[in-house]
Amino acid sequence: MSLRERLASGSFAVTAEISPPRGASTSKITETAAALKDWVDAVNVTDNQGSNVRLASWAGSLAVLAAGLEPVMQMTCRDRNRIALQSDLLGASALGIRNVLVMTGDHPKFGDHPEAKPVFDLDSVQLLWTLRTMRDQHVLLSGRKLDPAPDCFLGAVENPFAPPVPFRAERLGKKVAAGAQFVQTQFVFDVPAFARWMTQVRDLGLHEQCGILAGVGAVRSVRALDYMRDHVPGVEVPDDVFRRLRAVPAEQAAAEGVKLAAEIIRQLAEIPGVAGVHLLVAGNEQAVPDILHSAGVRVSQEPGATDGR
Amino acid sequence: MTAASPVPVHPRLGTRVAYRLQQVLRPNAGYRWLGARIEAAGAARTLFTGAEKQTKTPLFGCRMCGQCALPVTGYVCPMGCPKELRNGPCGGVGPDGSCEVYPERRCVWVDAYDRAASQGRAVDLRLLLRPIDHRRWGQSSWLNYWQGRDDDLWTGDSGARPGASP
Repeated sequence: MSLRERLASGSFAVTAEISPPRGASTSKITETAAALKDWVDAVNVTDNQGSNVRLASWAGSLAVLAAGLEPVMQMTCRDRNRIALQSDLLGASALGIRNVLVMTGDHPKFGDHPEAKPVFDLDSVQLLWTLRTMRDQHVLLSGRKLDPAPDCFLGAVENPFAPPVPFRAERLGKKVAAGAQFVQTQFVFDVPAFARWMTQVRDLGLHEQCGILAGVGAVRSVRALDYMRDHVPGVEVPDDVFRRLRAVPAEQAAAEGVKLAAEIIRQLAEIPGVAGVHLLVAGNEQAVPDILHSAGVRVSQEPGATDGR
Repeated sequence: MTAASPVPVHPRLGTRVAYRLQQVLRPNAGYRWLGARIEAAGAARTLFTGAEKQTKTPLFGCRMCGQCALPVTGYVCPMGCPKELRNGPCGGVGPDGSCEVYPERRCVWVDAYDRAASQGRAVDLRLLLRPIDHRRWGQSSWLNYWQGRDDDLWTGDSGARPGASP
């Protein structure tokens, strides 16, 4: 079942994330995709995440596709202008990549080439709008005709917790109006705050036009949590999450992180309008079966059966 | 596009005054006539464009993109956003409303939301702003506005073709 079909069916959708390597090989991506393919509907392939150079998202997406899993090609506005972005969509669509996730992207300042030119020719709303127009109206941003038009399922991201909080649901509304068909959110640790955002999302009727996938991460250690709070823009970690992770011996922190993720998933699944979860586990993909199993999602499968590690 | 990198700037002009000024600057036959005369004479155009820059840069941190969004952003310039976002904030805004790139400064969109909401204009931020035309950097946005070249900058309608210029 494709991600598009899963969301249309109304059953609980699960996506995860792969961060491509800093090197000219897709073998690690292939291996991870094979391990994940029985557990998730699709997997994101990040686009130079954190402004650090990695193997291209389109190339990683092709490797995922070849491994029998559906990729979600991430596309940021940071490094390419409108010419390159439109060209990339045509290439991806021609080679069978259907899901495209559009985001602004981190500023180059945070990555391994802080001296680079920040492009940001389009913003994420404008890029969604451009891609939808290419698909539905068969024209480029310039108005020139496309033959054939690309086929794509368009995704967006949103951070329900960042100021201005009252505007965050409306901002998703802009993205939906521009063409977003699904959205993946920033890490959810504070479930009540997320539920408040969802109330606004439902009031605007956005959950009926767009599959809402809540971001859930598995914390591996207190150190990883510290890093997330201090170095990942837009992530807020409540104090009780820290307390909980610190309360267990270091070697059990990862297991506690899995337990916490599973609990959050169970709570999120109860919120009306939530279509599924997006597991933010890049670098820790082996935790996916355990998280889903303890959350009671995909219960027909056993962790370890397809993991191969 | 310009030499200086974008930096968030808090406007020096109060929100209420700015919205009142908007009424004053609204295009009419007189402004159109004046604009056409200014554009016809090269020196007058240079002078007028310079005057716009001298006015708007101290007040709003204007970078002269030539396609002014101030009327729909609570009079906070979105081109001061390090990512030059014209449709709302990125996901990296700090819990205190700070810019992720310049943490000592306030995110222009947090500022824009507060200012627009204070005058009952938060709904402006729902408008979809089209991609900018980079050929217009350095031009006078007042002349562009009066001559109707800005009519297409934003829309409330999601079905419109992006970038379609008059």
